[in-house]
Amino acid sequence: MLDLIISTLTQGFIYAMLSFGIYITYKILDFPDLTVDGSFPLGAAVTAVLLVKGVNPYLTLLAAVAVGAVAGFVTGFIHVRLRVRDLLAGIITMTALFSINLQIAGSNLSVARSVETIFTAAPTMAVLGSLTLIQRKLIVSLIIMIVCKILLDLYFKTKNGFLLKAVGDNNALVTTLAKDMGRMKIIGLSLSNALVALSGSVVCHEQRSFSSMMGTGQMVFGLAAVIIGTTLFKRMSFVKGTTAVIAGSVVYKACIQIAISLGLPANLLKLITAVLFLAILVLGNIEKGSVKKSVRA
Amino acid sequence: MLELKNISKIYNPGSVTEMCLFDDFNFTVNDGDFVSVIGSNGSGKTSMLNIICGSIPINGGEVLINGKCINRKKDFERYANIGRVYQNPAMGSCPNMTILENMSLADNKGKPFGLSFALNKKRFDFYREQLSALGLGLEDKLHVKMGALSGGQRQAVSLLMATLTPIDFLILDEHTAALDPKTAEIIMELTNKIVTEKRLTAIMVTHNLRYAVEYGSRLIMMDKGQIILDKQGEEKKSASIDDILEIFNRISIECGN
Repeated sequence: MLDLIISTLTQGFIYAMLSFGIYITYKILDFPDLTVDGSFPLGAAVTAVLLVKGVNPYLTLLAAVAVGAVAGFVTGFIHVRLRVRDLLAGIITMTALFSINLQIAGSNLSVARSVETIFTAAPTMAVLGSLTLIQRKLIVSLIIMIVCKILLDLYFKTKNGFLLKAVGDNNALVTTLAKDMGRMKIIGLSLSNALVALSGSVVCHEQRSFSSMMGTGQMVFGLAAVIIGTTLFKRMSFVKGTTAVIAGSVVYKACIQIAISLGLPANLLKLITAVLFLAILVLGNIEKGSVKKSVRA
Repeated sequence: MLELKNISKIYNPGSVTEMCLFDDFNFTVNDGDFVSVIGSNGSGKTSMLNIICGSIPINGGEVLINGKCINRKKDFERYANIGRVYQNPAMGSCPNMTILENMSLADNKGKPFGLSFALNKKRFDFYREQLSALGLGLEDKLHVKMGALSGGQRQAVSLLMATLTPIDFLILDEHTAALDPKTAEIIMELTNKIVTEKRLTAIMVTHNLRYAVEYGSRLIMMDKGQIILDKQGEEKKSASIDDILEIFNRISIECGN
Protein backbone atom coordinates (compact mmCIF):
# COMPACT_ATOMS: atom_id res chain seq x y z
CA MET A 1 0.00 0.00 0.00
CA LEU A 2 2.78 2.41 0.97
CA ASP A 3 4.60 1.47 -2.22
CA LEU A 4 1.48 2.30 -4.18
CA ILE A 5 1.26 5.73 -2.58
CA ILE A 6 4.93 6.38 -3.23
CA SER A 7 4.67 5.37 -6.87
CA THR A 8 1.54 7.47 -7.33
CA LEU A 9 3.36 10.48 -5.89
CA THR A 10 6.33 9.77 -8.15
CA GLN A 11 4.04 9.69 -11.17
CA GLY A 12 2.41 12.89 -10.02
CA PHE A 13 5.76 14.64 -9.70
CA ILE A 14 7.08 13.45 -13.06
CA TYR A 15 3.91 14.50 -14.86
CA ALA A 16 3.88 17.80 -12.97
CA MET A 17 6.72 18.89 -15.29
CA LEU A 18 4.53 18.15 -18.30
CA SER A 19 1.77 20.10 -16.58
CA PHE A 20 4.13 23.07 -16.03
CA GLY A 21 4.58 23.11 -19.79
CA ILE A 22 0.86 23.11 -20.37
CA TYR A 23 0.42 25.73 -17.66
CA ILE A 24 2.64 28.03 -19.73
CA THR A 25 0.79 27.53 -23.00
CA TYR A 26 -2.79 27.09 -21.80
CA LYS A 27 -2.94 29.29 -18.75
CA ILE A 28 -0.40 32.00 -19.47
CA LEU A 29 -0.23 32.23 -23.26
CA ASP A 30 -3.81 31.11 -23.88
CA PHE A 31 -2.50 28.85 -26.66
CA PRO A 32 -4.01 25.35 -27.15
CA ASP A 33 -0.77 23.53 -27.90
CA LEU A 34 -1.16 20.00 -29.25
CA THR A 35 2.58 19.67 -29.86
CA VAL A 36 2.67 18.08 -26.39
CA ASP A 37 1.44 14.69 -27.64
CA GLY A 38 4.50 14.62 -29.89
CA SER A 39 7.14 16.36 -27.79
CA PHE A 40 6.52 14.14 -24.75
CA PRO A 41 7.45 10.90 -26.60
CA LEU A 42 10.19 12.87 -28.40
CA GLY A 43 11.88 13.47 -25.05
CA ALA A 44 11.49 9.78 -24.22
CA ALA A 45 12.74 8.60 -27.63
CA VAL A 46 15.89 10.70 -27.49
CA THR A 47 16.50 9.55 -23.92
CA ALA A 48 16.01 5.86 -24.75
CA VAL A 49 18.40 5.98 -27.69
CA LEU A 50 21.05 7.89 -25.75
CA LEU A 51 20.77 5.55 -22.76
CA VAL A 52 21.13 2.51 -24.98
CA LYS A 53 24.20 4.13 -26.54
CA GLY A 54 25.70 4.52 -23.09
CA VAL A 55 25.49 8.30 -22.73
CA ASN A 56 25.61 9.72 -19.20
CA PRO A 57 22.02 9.42 -17.92
CA TYR A 58 21.98 12.95 -16.48
CA LEU A 59 22.98 14.38 -19.84
CA THR A 60 19.98 12.71 -21.48
CA LEU A 61 17.74 15.03 -19.47
CA LEU A 62 19.44 18.06 -21.00
CA ALA A 63 19.24 16.51 -24.47
CA ALA A 64 15.49 16.01 -24.01
CA VAL A 65 15.08 19.63 -22.90
CA ALA A 66 16.90 20.78 -26.02
CA VAL A 67 14.89 18.71 -28.51
CA GLY A 68 11.64 19.64 -26.75
CA ALA A 69 12.50 23.32 -27.08
CA VAL A 70 13.13 22.81 -30.79
CA ALA A 71 9.73 21.11 -31.19
CA GLY A 72 8.04 24.05 -29.45
CA PHE A 73 10.00 26.48 -31.59
CA VAL A 74 8.75 24.76 -34.75
CA THR A 75 5.12 25.04 -33.64
CA GLY A 76 5.69 28.68 -32.73
CA PHE A 77 7.36 29.39 -36.04
CA ILE A 78 4.52 27.76 -37.99
CA HIS A 79 1.94 29.74 -36.03
CA VAL A 80 3.65 33.12 -35.80
CA ARG A 81 5.73 33.44 -38.94
CA LEU A 82 3.74 31.24 -41.32
CA ARG A 83 0.43 32.44 -39.84
CA VAL A 84 -1.21 29.08 -39.34
CA ARG A 85 -3.93 28.87 -36.66
CA ASP A 86 -2.65 27.90 -33.21
CA LEU A 87 -4.46 24.56 -32.98
CA LEU A 88 -3.41 23.52 -36.49
CA ALA A 89 0.20 24.56 -35.94
CA GLY A 90 0.36 22.19 -32.96
CA ILE A 91 -1.33 19.38 -34.87
CA ILE A 92 1.14 19.72 -37.75
CA THR A 93 4.16 19.46 -35.45
CA MET A 94 2.59 16.63 -33.45
CA THR A 95 1.90 14.61 -36.59
CA ALA A 96 5.39 15.21 -37.94
CA LEU A 97 6.89 14.24 -34.60
CA PHE A 98 5.14 10.87 -34.67
CA SER A 99 7.23 9.87 -37.69
CA ILE A 100 10.33 11.55 -36.31
CA ASN A 101 9.99 9.60 -33.05
CA LEU A 102 9.68 6.36 -35.03
CA GLN A 103 12.82 7.30 -36.94
CA ILE A 104 14.70 8.02 -33.73
CA ALA A 105 13.73 5.01 -31.64
CA GLY A 106 11.43 2.74 -33.64
CA SER A 107 7.99 1.83 -32.37
CA ASN A 108 9.33 0.34 -29.12
CA LEU A 109 12.69 0.51 -27.45
CA SER A 110 13.53 -0.96 -24.07
CA VAL A 111 16.53 0.00 -22.01
CA ALA A 112 18.30 -3.08 -20.63
CA ARG A 113 18.50 -3.59 -16.86
CA SER A 114 22.27 -3.28 -17.06
CA VAL A 115 22.05 0.31 -18.33
CA GLU A 116 22.25 2.95 -15.63
CA THR A 117 19.47 5.51 -15.33
CA ILE A 118 19.20 8.68 -13.26
CA PHE A 119 17.74 6.49 -10.51
CA THR A 120 20.59 3.97 -10.42
CA ALA A 121 23.70 5.84 -11.58
CA ALA A 122 26.65 6.24 -9.19
CA PRO A 123 26.06 9.89 -8.12
CA THR A 124 22.45 9.10 -7.18
CA MET A 125 23.51 5.94 -5.31
CA ALA A 126 26.20 7.87 -3.44
CA VAL A 127 23.55 10.11 -1.90
CA LEU A 128 20.47 7.88 -1.82
CA GLY A 129 22.10 4.45 -1.82
CA SER A 130 20.45 3.37 1.41
CA LEU A 131 16.96 3.71 -0.07
CA THR A 132 15.03 1.22 -2.16
CA LEU A 133 14.64 1.84 -5.91
CA ILE A 134 11.05 2.95 -5.53
CA GLN A 135 12.02 5.48 -2.86
CA ARG A 136 14.91 6.74 -4.95
CA LYS A 137 12.53 7.27 -7.86
CA LEU A 138 10.36 9.42 -5.63
CA ILE A 139 13.22 11.54 -4.31
CA VAL A 140 14.98 12.03 -7.66
CA SER A 141 11.74 12.93 -9.45
CA LEU A 142 10.87 15.32 -6.66
CA ILE A 143 14.24 17.03 -6.90
CA ILE A 144 14.08 17.46 -10.68
CA MET A 145 10.51 18.72 -10.43
CA ILE A 146 11.32 21.19 -7.64
CA VAL A 147 14.30 22.55 -9.58
CA CYS A 148 11.99 23.15 -12.57
CA LYS A 149 9.41 24.79 -10.34
CA ILE A 150 11.91 27.15 -8.72
CA LEU A 151 13.44 28.12 -12.06
CA LEU A 152 9.98 28.76 -13.51
CA ASP A 153 8.87 30.81 -10.51
CA LEU A 154 12.03 32.89 -10.85
CA TYR A 155 11.45 33.30 -14.58
CA PHE A 156 7.93 34.59 -14.01
CA LYS A 157 9.42 37.35 -11.88
CA THR A 158 11.75 38.56 -14.61
CA LYS A 159 10.99 41.21 -17.18
CA ASN A 160 10.79 38.55 -19.85
CA GLY A 161 8.41 36.52 -17.68
CA PHE A 162 6.20 39.58 -17.21
CA LEU A 163 6.11 40.11 -20.94
CA LEU A 164 5.12 36.47 -21.47
CA LYS A 165 2.23 36.90 -19.03
CA ALA A 166 1.25 40.11 -20.82
CA VAL A 167 1.04 38.28 -24.18
CA GLY A 168 -1.66 35.99 -22.81
CA ASP A 169 -3.35 38.70 -20.78
CA ASN A 170 -3.51 41.53 -23.32
CA ASN A 171 -1.38 41.19 -26.41
CA ALA A 172 -2.29 44.70 -27.63
CA LEU A 173 -0.30 46.04 -24.70
CA VAL A 174 2.78 44.05 -25.71
CA THR A 175 2.61 45.65 -29.16
CA THR A 176 2.34 49.15 -27.69
CA LEU A 177 5.36 48.33 -25.50
CA ALA A 178 7.17 48.02 -28.84
CA LYS A 179 7.75 44.30 -28.40
CA ASP A 180 7.02 41.55 -30.92
CA MET A 181 4.37 39.37 -29.31
CA GLY A 182 5.03 36.65 -31.88
CA ARG A 183 8.57 36.29 -30.58
CA MET A 184 7.28 35.92 -27.03
CA LYS A 185 4.84 33.24 -28.17
CA ILE A 186 7.71 31.31 -29.72
CA ILE A 187 9.75 31.64 -26.51
CA GLY A 188 6.78 30.44 -24.45
CA LEU A 189 6.15 27.44 -26.70
CA SER A 190 9.83 26.45 -26.65
CA LEU A 191 9.97 26.66 -22.87
CA SER A 192 6.73 24.72 -22.54
CA ASN A 193 7.76 21.87 -24.81
CA ALA A 194 11.21 21.71 -23.23
CA LEU A 195 9.49 20.90 -19.94
CA VAL A 196 7.16 18.42 -21.62
CA ALA A 197 10.08 16.59 -23.22
CA LEU A 198 11.92 16.59 -19.89
CA SER A 199 8.90 14.91 -18.35
CA GLY A 200 8.95 12.34 -21.18
CA SER A 201 12.64 11.76 -20.56
CA VAL A 202 12.14 11.05 -16.84
CA VAL A 203 9.26 8.69 -17.68
CA CYS A 204 11.64 6.83 -20.00
CA HIS A 205 14.22 6.54 -17.19
CA GLU A 206 11.52 5.34 -14.85
CA GLN A 207 9.96 2.75 -17.17
CA ARG A 208 13.18 1.85 -18.99
CA SER A 209 11.24 1.91 -22.22
CA PHE A 210 9.98 4.07 -25.04
CA SER A 211 6.81 3.46 -26.99
CA SER A 212 5.70 5.50 -29.98
CA MET A 213 2.20 5.54 -28.51
CA MET A 214 3.16 7.01 -25.17
CA GLY A 215 2.25 10.55 -26.22
CA THR A 216 -1.43 9.86 -26.76
CA GLY A 217 -3.57 11.76 -24.31
CA GLN A 218 -0.69 13.55 -22.57
CA MET A 219 -2.04 16.95 -23.44
CA VAL A 220 -5.36 16.00 -21.92
CA PHE A 221 -3.59 14.86 -18.77
CA GLY A 222 -1.65 18.10 -18.49
CA LEU A 223 -4.70 20.25 -19.11
CA ALA A 224 -6.64 18.33 -16.48
CA ALA A 225 -3.82 18.74 -13.95
CA VAL A 226 -3.62 22.49 -14.63
CA ILE A 227 -7.37 22.98 -14.38
CA ILE A 228 -7.74 20.84 -11.24
CA GLY A 229 -4.82 22.60 -9.59
CA THR A 230 -5.86 26.13 -10.40
CA THR A 231 -9.49 25.40 -9.47
CA LEU A 232 -8.47 23.88 -6.12
CA PHE A 233 -6.48 26.94 -5.13
CA LYS A 234 -8.38 29.69 -6.91
CA ARG A 235 -9.48 31.30 -3.65
CA MET A 236 -5.92 31.28 -2.31
CA SER A 237 -4.13 33.86 -4.40
CA PHE A 238 -0.89 33.45 -2.43
CA VAL A 239 -0.49 29.90 -3.82
CA LYS A 240 1.72 30.08 -6.92
CA GLY A 241 0.40 28.68 -10.17
CA THR A 242 3.20 26.13 -10.30
CA THR A 243 2.36 24.84 -6.81
CA ALA A 244 -1.28 24.46 -7.80
CA VAL A 245 -0.23 22.55 -10.92
CA ILE A 246 1.84 20.09 -8.86
CA ALA A 247 -1.17 19.45 -6.64
CA GLY A 248 -3.38 19.03 -9.70
CA SER A 249 -1.00 16.53 -11.23
CA VAL A 250 -0.77 14.44 -8.05
CA VAL A 251 -4.54 14.51 -7.52
CA TYR A 252 -5.23 13.47 -11.08
CA LYS A 253 -2.69 10.63 -11.00
CA ALA A 254 -4.23 9.51 -7.72
CA CYS A 255 -7.73 9.47 -9.24
CA ILE A 256 -6.51 7.28 -12.08
CA GLN A 257 -4.61 5.02 -9.64
CA ILE A 258 -7.75 4.60 -7.54
CA ALA A 259 -9.77 3.72 -10.64
CA ILE A 260 -7.21 1.04 -11.54
CA SER A 261 -7.11 -0.28 -7.97
CA LEU A 262 -10.88 -0.62 -8.04
CA GLY A 263 -10.44 -3.11 -10.88
CA LEU A 264 -10.81 -0.89 -13.95
CA PRO A 265 -9.56 -2.69 -17.07
CA ALA A 266 -6.43 -1.02 -18.43
CA ASN A 267 -8.07 -0.77 -21.86
CA LEU A 268 -10.60 1.67 -20.45
CA LEU A 269 -7.96 3.93 -18.96
CA LYS A 270 -8.02 6.58 -21.67
CA LEU A 271 -11.81 6.58 -21.63
CA ILE A 272 -11.79 7.30 -17.91
CA THR A 273 -9.11 9.94 -18.44
CA ALA A 274 -11.29 11.62 -21.05
CA VAL A 275 -14.48 11.45 -18.96
CA LEU A 276 -12.71 12.78 -15.88
CA PHE A 277 -11.23 15.55 -17.97
CA LEU A 278 -14.60 16.48 -19.41
CA ALA A 279 -16.07 16.73 -15.92
CA ILE A 280 -13.22 18.97 -14.79
CA LEU A 281 -13.41 21.07 -17.94
CA VAL A 282 -17.12 21.72 -17.52
CA LEU A 283 -16.53 22.76 -13.92
CA GLY A 284 -13.54 24.84 -14.99
CA ASN A 285 -15.53 26.50 -17.78
CA ILE A 286 -18.18 27.65 -15.36
CA GLU A 287 -15.39 29.06 -13.20
CA LYS A 288 -13.63 30.68 -16.13
CA GLY A 289 -16.82 32.22 -17.47
CA SER A 290 -17.49 34.01 -14.22
CA VAL A 291 -13.90 35.27 -14.01
CA LYS A 292 -13.97 36.63 -17.57
CA LYS A 293 -17.23 38.42 -16.91
CA SER A 294 -15.91 40.11 -13.81
CA VAL A 295 -12.80 41.20 -15.68
CA ARG A 296 -14.85 42.77 -18.45
CA ALA A 297 -17.15 44.67 -16.13
CA MET B 1 7.04 65.90 -37.21
CA LEU B 2 4.62 63.36 -38.58
CA GLU B 3 3.60 63.40 -42.21
CA LEU B 4 1.10 61.36 -44.14
CA LYS B 5 1.87 61.81 -47.84
CA ASN B 6 -0.42 60.82 -50.71
CA ILE B 7 -1.95 58.02 -48.70
CA SER B 8 -4.36 55.74 -50.49
CA LYS B 9 -6.32 53.11 -48.64
CA ILE B 10 -8.77 50.76 -50.29
CA TYR B 11 -10.74 48.28 -48.21
CA ASN B 12 -11.49 44.88 -49.76
CA PRO B 13 -9.78 45.66 -53.09
CA GLY B 14 -11.04 43.69 -56.07
CA SER B 15 -14.27 42.55 -54.42
CA VAL B 16 -17.85 43.81 -54.67
CA THR B 17 -17.50 45.50 -51.30
CA GLU B 18 -14.47 47.48 -52.48
CA MET B 19 -14.36 50.83 -50.71
CA CYS B 20 -11.85 53.55 -51.32
CA LEU B 21 -11.42 55.49 -48.09
CA PHE B 22 -8.32 57.58 -48.75
CA ASP B 23 -7.25 58.76 -52.17
CA ASP B 24 -4.21 61.05 -52.08
CA PHE B 25 -4.67 61.93 -48.42
CA ASN B 26 -2.19 64.38 -46.90
CA PHE B 27 -1.80 65.40 -43.30
CA THR B 28 1.06 66.90 -41.31
CA VAL B 29 1.38 67.13 -37.55
CA ASN B 30 4.07 69.47 -36.23
CA ASP B 31 5.97 68.84 -33.02
CA GLY B 32 4.05 70.09 -30.03
CA ASP B 33 0.67 70.03 -31.78
CA PHE B 34 -2.26 68.68 -29.81
CA VAL B 35 -4.67 67.81 -32.60
CA SER B 36 -8.30 66.99 -32.00
CA VAL B 37 -9.88 65.00 -34.81
CA ILE B 38 -13.63 64.93 -35.27
CA GLY B 39 -15.88 63.51 -37.94
CA SER B 40 -18.82 61.18 -38.38
CA ASN B 41 -18.52 57.40 -38.34
CA GLY B 42 -16.71 56.08 -41.39
CA SER B 43 -14.99 59.39 -42.09
CA GLY B 44 -11.57 57.74 -41.67
CA LYS B 45 -10.45 58.98 -38.24
CA THR B 46 -9.60 55.61 -36.74
CA SER B 47 -8.23 54.35 -40.07
CA MET B 48 -5.86 57.31 -40.04
CA LEU B 49 -4.61 56.39 -36.57
CA ASN B 50 -4.23 52.75 -37.62
CA ILE B 51 -2.24 53.79 -40.67
CA ILE B 52 0.10 55.89 -38.52
CA CYS B 53 0.60 52.99 -36.09
CA GLY B 54 0.96 50.39 -38.82
CA SER B 55 -2.04 48.37 -37.62
CA ILE B 56 -3.46 48.25 -41.16
CA PRO B 57 -1.63 48.15 -44.50
CA ILE B 58 -1.91 50.99 -47.02
CA ASN B 59 -2.22 50.78 -50.79
CA GLY B 60 -0.03 53.76 -51.54
CA GLY B 61 1.73 56.78 -50.13
CA GLU B 62 4.17 57.30 -47.31
CA VAL B 63 4.12 57.72 -43.55
CA LEU B 64 7.06 59.84 -42.40
CA ILE B 65 8.33 60.59 -38.92
CA ASN B 66 10.84 63.46 -38.79
CA GLY B 67 11.26 63.07 -42.52
CA LYS B 68 12.00 59.35 -42.42
CA CYS B 69 9.69 56.92 -44.13
CA ILE B 70 8.41 54.28 -41.71
CA ASN B 71 6.25 52.34 -44.19
CA ARG B 72 8.35 49.22 -43.78
CA LYS B 73 8.34 49.27 -40.01
CA LYS B 74 6.03 46.77 -38.34
CA ASP B 75 3.45 47.99 -35.86
CA PHE B 76 5.41 46.98 -32.76
CA GLU B 77 8.53 48.74 -34.09
CA ARG B 78 6.61 51.98 -34.60
CA TYR B 79 5.36 51.94 -31.02
CA ALA B 80 8.92 52.54 -29.87
CA ASN B 81 8.14 56.24 -30.47
CA ILE B 82 4.37 56.14 -30.07
CA GLY B 83 2.09 55.79 -27.06
CA ARG B 84 -1.52 54.81 -27.58
CA VAL B 85 -4.66 54.82 -25.47
CA TYR B 86 -7.62 52.91 -26.83
CA GLN B 87 -11.34 53.46 -26.55
CA ASN B 88 -11.73 50.28 -24.53
CA PRO B 89 -10.18 50.85 -21.08
CA ALA B 90 -9.31 47.14 -20.90
CA MET B 91 -6.92 47.46 -23.86
CA GLY B 92 -4.32 49.56 -22.08
CA SER B 93 -3.22 47.18 -19.34
CA CYS B 94 -3.11 43.53 -18.26
CA PRO B 95 -6.23 42.68 -16.22
CA ASN B 96 -4.65 39.75 -14.37
CA MET B 97 -1.58 41.69 -13.33
CA THR B 98 -1.41 44.22 -10.50
CA ILE B 99 -1.11 47.98 -10.96
CA LEU B 100 2.50 47.68 -9.83
CA GLU B 101 3.26 44.95 -12.36
CA ASN B 102 1.58 46.94 -15.12
CA MET B 103 3.52 50.07 -14.20
CA SER B 104 6.81 48.18 -14.26
CA LEU B 105 5.98 46.77 -17.69
CA ALA B 106 5.28 50.28 -19.00
CA ASP B 107 8.37 51.62 -17.25
CA ASN B 108 10.55 49.17 -19.15
CA LYS B 109 9.32 50.20 -22.59
CA GLY B 110 12.23 50.85 -24.90
CA LYS B 111 14.60 48.70 -22.83
CA PRO B 112 15.26 44.99 -23.30
CA PHE B 113 12.92 42.61 -21.50
CA GLY B 114 15.60 40.23 -20.31
CA LEU B 115 16.09 37.96 -17.34
CA SER B 116 16.57 40.62 -14.67
CA PHE B 117 13.85 40.97 -12.06
CA ALA B 118 10.90 43.00 -13.27
CA LEU B 119 9.94 44.71 -10.03
CA ASN B 120 12.47 47.29 -8.94
CA LYS B 121 11.82 48.57 -5.40
CA LYS B 122 13.72 51.78 -6.17
CA ARG B 123 11.06 52.72 -8.70
CA PHE B 124 8.06 52.12 -6.41
CA ASP B 125 8.09 55.67 -5.04
CA PHE B 126 8.18 57.02 -8.56
CA TYR B 127 5.13 54.89 -9.48
CA ARG B 128 3.30 56.06 -6.35
CA GLU B 129 4.11 59.68 -7.17
CA GLN B 130 2.87 59.26 -10.74
CA LEU B 131 -0.29 57.49 -9.61
CA SER B 132 -1.07 60.03 -6.92
CA ALA B 133 -0.90 62.76 -9.58
CA LEU B 134 -3.97 61.13 -11.10
CA GLY B 135 -5.85 62.04 -7.93
CA LEU B 136 -7.79 58.78 -7.83
CA GLY B 137 -6.15 57.26 -4.75
CA LEU B 138 -4.55 54.51 -6.84
CA GLU B 139 -1.17 54.97 -5.15
CA ASP B 140 -2.53 52.92 -2.23
CA LYS B 141 -3.72 50.11 -4.50
CA LEU B 142 -0.41 49.05 -6.01
CA HIS B 143 -1.09 45.37 -5.37
CA VAL B 144 -4.64 45.37 -6.73
CA LYS B 145 -5.20 43.63 -10.04
CA MET B 146 -6.07 45.95 -12.92
CA GLY B 147 -9.14 43.86 -13.68
CA ALA B 148 -10.62 44.85 -10.33
CA LEU B 149 -10.56 48.58 -11.15
CA SER B 150 -13.35 50.60 -12.75
CA GLY B 151 -13.19 51.64 -16.40
CA GLY B 152 -12.26 55.19 -15.49
CA GLN B 153 -9.47 54.12 -13.15
CA ARG B 154 -8.15 51.71 -15.75
CA GLN B 155 -8.21 54.38 -18.43
CA ALA B 156 -6.33 56.77 -16.15
CA VAL B 157 -3.65 54.13 -15.57
CA SER B 158 -3.58 53.34 -19.31
CA LEU B 159 -2.94 57.01 -20.00
CA LEU B 160 -0.17 57.07 -17.43
CA MET B 161 1.37 53.87 -18.76
CA ALA B 162 1.29 55.13 -22.36
CA THR B 163 3.19 58.28 -21.38
CA LEU B 164 5.51 56.92 -18.68
CA THR B 165 8.54 56.68 -20.96
CA PRO B 166 9.59 59.35 -23.48
CA ILE B 167 7.56 59.13 -26.70
CA ASP B 168 7.28 61.30 -29.80
CA PHE B 169 3.56 60.90 -30.30
CA LEU B 170 0.56 60.13 -28.18
CA ILE B 171 -2.38 58.58 -30.00
CA LEU B 172 -5.74 58.88 -28.27
CA ASP B 173 -8.38 56.80 -29.99
CA GLU B 174 -11.76 57.98 -28.60
CA HIS B 175 -10.28 57.32 -25.20
CA THR B 176 -13.16 58.91 -23.29
CA ALA B 177 -15.98 57.38 -25.35
CA ALA B 178 -16.58 54.35 -23.12
CA LEU B 179 -16.72 56.34 -19.88
CA ASP B 180 -19.57 58.08 -18.09
CA PRO B 181 -19.68 61.89 -18.56
CA LYS B 182 -18.12 62.71 -15.20
CA THR B 183 -15.30 60.19 -15.52
CA ALA B 184 -14.75 61.24 -19.12
CA GLU B 185 -14.32 64.80 -17.87
CA ILE B 186 -11.69 63.69 -15.33
CA ILE B 187 -9.78 61.66 -17.93
CA MET B 188 -9.90 64.55 -20.39
CA GLU B 189 -8.51 66.94 -17.76
CA LEU B 190 -5.76 64.42 -16.97
CA THR B 191 -4.97 64.02 -20.64
CA ASN B 192 -4.63 67.76 -21.06
CA LYS B 193 -2.42 67.96 -17.98
CA ILE B 194 -0.13 65.14 -19.10
CA VAL B 195 0.14 66.39 -22.68
CA THR B 196 0.93 69.92 -21.48
CA GLU B 197 3.36 68.94 -18.72
CA LYS B 198 5.29 66.43 -20.81
CA ARG B 199 5.05 68.64 -23.92
CA LEU B 200 3.77 65.76 -26.01
CA THR B 201 2.63 65.80 -29.59
CA ALA B 202 -0.81 64.26 -29.48
CA ILE B 203 -3.53 63.24 -31.89
CA MET B 204 -6.91 62.76 -30.26
CA VAL B 205 -9.90 61.31 -32.06
CA THR B 206 -13.11 62.20 -30.29
CA HIS B 207 -16.85 62.33 -30.82
CA ASN B 208 -17.18 64.97 -28.16
CA LEU B 209 -17.23 68.29 -30.02
CA ARG B 210 -16.84 70.23 -26.80
CA TYR B 211 -13.56 68.45 -25.94
CA ALA B 212 -12.37 69.08 -29.48
CA VAL B 213 -13.08 72.80 -29.15
CA GLU B 214 -11.90 73.26 -25.56
CA TYR B 215 -8.73 71.20 -25.62
CA GLY B 216 -5.81 71.00 -27.95
CA SER B 217 -4.02 73.48 -30.16
CA ARG B 218 -5.48 72.38 -33.45
CA LEU B 219 -8.77 70.97 -34.65
CA ILE B 220 -9.47 69.03 -37.79
CA MET B 221 -12.72 67.64 -39.11
CA MET B 222 -12.78 64.68 -41.45
CA ASP B 223 -15.41 63.55 -43.89
CA LYS B 224 -15.28 60.70 -46.39
CA GLY B 225 -11.53 60.38 -46.13
CA GLN B 226 -10.79 64.07 -46.45
CA ILE B 227 -9.91 66.86 -44.09
CA ILE B 228 -12.64 69.43 -44.55
CA LEU B 229 -11.70 71.74 -41.70
CA ASP B 230 -8.33 72.57 -40.16
CA LYS B 231 -8.16 75.28 -37.52
CA GLN B 232 -5.06 76.14 -35.55
CA GLY B 233 -3.58 78.96 -33.52
CA GLU B 234 -5.85 81.96 -32.97
CA GLU B 235 -8.41 80.53 -35.35
CA LYS B 236 -8.71 77.46 -33.15
CA LYS B 237 -8.95 79.51 -29.96
CA SER B 238 -11.79 81.60 -31.32
CA ALA B 239 -13.73 78.62 -32.67
CA SER B 240 -17.02 78.08 -30.92
CA ILE B 241 -18.83 74.83 -30.48
CA ASP B 242 -21.84 76.19 -32.39
CA ASP B 243 -19.80 76.93 -35.53
CA ILE B 244 -18.30 73.46 -35.46
CA LEU B 245 -21.64 71.85 -34.81
CA GLU B 246 -23.15 73.67 -37.75
CA ILE B 247 -20.50 72.38 -40.14
CA PHE B 248 -20.79 68.95 -38.63
CA ASN B 249 -24.56 68.93 -39.14
CA ARG B 250 -24.20 70.12 -42.70
CA ILE B 251 -21.95 67.22 -43.70
CA SER B 252 -24.13 64.78 -41.80
CA ILE B 253 -27.20 65.99 -43.70
CA GLU B 254 -25.32 65.62 -46.97
CA CYS B 255 -24.66 62.03 -46.01
CA GLY B 256 -28.38 61.58 -45.50
CA ASN B 257 -28.28 61.18 -41.72
